[in-house]
Amino acid sequence: MASASALSAHAPARSFRLARPALVVGIGILIFWVVVALTVEFWAPYEPLKIVSRKLQPPSFSHWLGTDALGRDVLIRTFYGAQYSLTIAVIVVAASVTIGSVVGALSGFFGGWPDSILMRLVDITLSFPPVLLAMSIAASLGPGVQNTAIAIVVVWWPVYARLMRGQVLDVLSRDHIEAAVAGGASRTRLLLKHILPLSWTPTIISATMDFGQVVLLAASLSFIGLGAKPPTPEWGSMISEGAAHFYSWWIAFGPGLAILSIGLGCNFIGDTLRDMLDPKDE
Amino acid sequence: MLTYIIRRLLAMPFLLLGVASLAFCLSHLTQADPLAALVSERQMNNPEVIAAAKERWGLDKSLPEQFVIYVTNLVSGDLGVSFRTRRPVLTDISERLPATLELVIAAMIVGTSSGILLGIVAARFRDKPIDYLARFFALFGSTIPVFWSGLLLLYILSVQFSLIPGPGRFDPRGQPPPFVTGMYTVDALIAGDFRGFLTALHYLVLPAFVLGWSVTGILARLVRASMLDVLGQDYILAARAKGAGERRTLFRHALPNAMIPTLTIIGYSFAYLITGAVLTESVFAWPGIGSYAVDSARTLDYPAIIGVSLVGASAFLLSNLVTDVTYAFANPRIKLS
Repeated sequence: MASASALSAHAPARSFRLARPALVVGIGILIFWVVVALTVEFWAPYEPLKIVSRKLQPPSFSHWLGTDALGRDVLIRTFYGAQYSLTIAVIVVAASVTIGSVVGALSGFFGGWPDSILMRLVDITLSFPPVLLAMSIAASLGPGVQNTAIAIVVVWWPVYARLMRGQVLDVLSRDHIEAAVAGGASRTRLLLKHILPLSWTPTIISATMDFGQVVLLAASLSFIGLGAKPPTPEWGSMISEGAAHFYSWWIAFGPGLAILSIGLGCNFIGDTLRDMLDPKDE
Repeated sequence: MLTYIIRRLLAMPFLLLGVASLAFCLSHLTQADPLAALVSERQMNNPEVIAAAKERWGLDKSLPEQFVIYVTNLVSGDLGVSFRTRRPVLTDISERLPATLELVIAAMIVGTSSGILLGIVAARFRDKPIDYLARFFALFGSTIPVFWSGLLLLYILSVQFSLIPGPGRFDPRGQPPPFVTGMYTVDALIAGDFRGFLTALHYLVLPAFVLGWSVTGILARLVRASMLDVLGQDYILAARAKGAGERRTLFRHALPNAMIPTLTIIGYSFAYLITGAVLTESVFAWPGIGSYAVDSARTLDYPAIIGVSLVGASAFLLSNLVTDVTYAFANPRIKLS
């Protein structure tokens, strides 16, 4: 179709311009939470554990999101919660990407029986519904922020391993690899200089998208009672306090909104990145 | 095709064995002591009670022995006995499975129908306000924490507007329909009890929407993208040129082809639903295997945890197989190997 091909010639520029606002909003949301997490101690009027008012007060001028069952300020606790959620998510995503990429790249590059074994392990891990697996692991390790993080890494790394392996295999079949081999490149050089630079883009996109999912999964585990323990101002456990005091809706409101906003932000960024890097794709 | 299905089915027990081993290893990595769940705190210093409990629950044997016993039992369909309820895990699970199935199927119906509809509307009115609205609604569905949206919607609809009954599965004062399938809505219809059906449906609507919303989100985005893709192809232009109306073009010509990539996602979204069911059930006090899993995880009841994980993983593997096969039927260009 003539008009379609004429359009697609301009498609990259067009999608870039259209996508820009979403990217800005997404980055804005994430920067907001990072700044809050890093600076909240310096400007927050209360400590997250301080009892500042009577308990279960609805939102008011002095406490914008009301107070919880002990009389602590919900808004301040939500801001402090960013420290836990962002730290867990950064650690989990970094660890999963590292483990997954190294395993996936080596597995795809060298092949043979280690490859088969590793990929069966990946298959098995990925055949669990993620929350169930993370729950079993977190339950067996015992509650706590650190154990939540370990549990999520165990669930998450295979995704990147499979992704990276696929990319490496794809790049391996291209002509420039044959040229490099003919040129006498060593295996290490081949992997580091010729394969990896072309393989990591999908991993970065998927890591960006996953950041919000990890925040959500960590909060889900604390909501169930397996993550951070109650006095901690963690979003999931705050929502579970809100569930226990069902008629005081404001207790759960702030932390849920926080999780949602990070999820939306990551989606905006991930979508835009994908559009920009792959203009063919809608 | 048939050999492919048979091969996949034959591979399943091995995958499940792997899943079981993984679950077994994980639950025994623990520093946490399952004895704490078995023996009352006061008896923890009594060596006789401890020894008796260990023997009773097979905890005195070495780990490899425990594993062999576990797998042997597993093969004969015995998932062990729950530390918490003191009943066979299989009994517990099969009692609670219908409630989860009812919720998941209802969520699937809500999610797929609204997702496909929203996707078509968004594609038809591309870049119009309605498109943005649909995409926003979809995006919310795939990012919102179900345990939060469930809580807030329950508060708004049940407390503020009394449109929806509170949490639970059936009117506590009423008599649930006689057991046939265990799914209250279906059983009520079978019994010809229309009021019972409405009551069950009334309790089901909100959790199903909350859970289904995530599927709506994923599907709407995909249907929109693949509709736009199909609408740009030559045969659509040909259909329009020969004078097919807009509705006919959309539903007869574009939709069937746009649905092919969507089929896979409908299948895989089953996984999201199992995951989401765990959390939705605990918000809505829905007596299914999701809330069973949560209670078991809290009390370190690992026979129950492994049991639920195995059931979840089997459902997951089966639905993936069904999806792959359906996909191949719908799109003859795909070769399964």
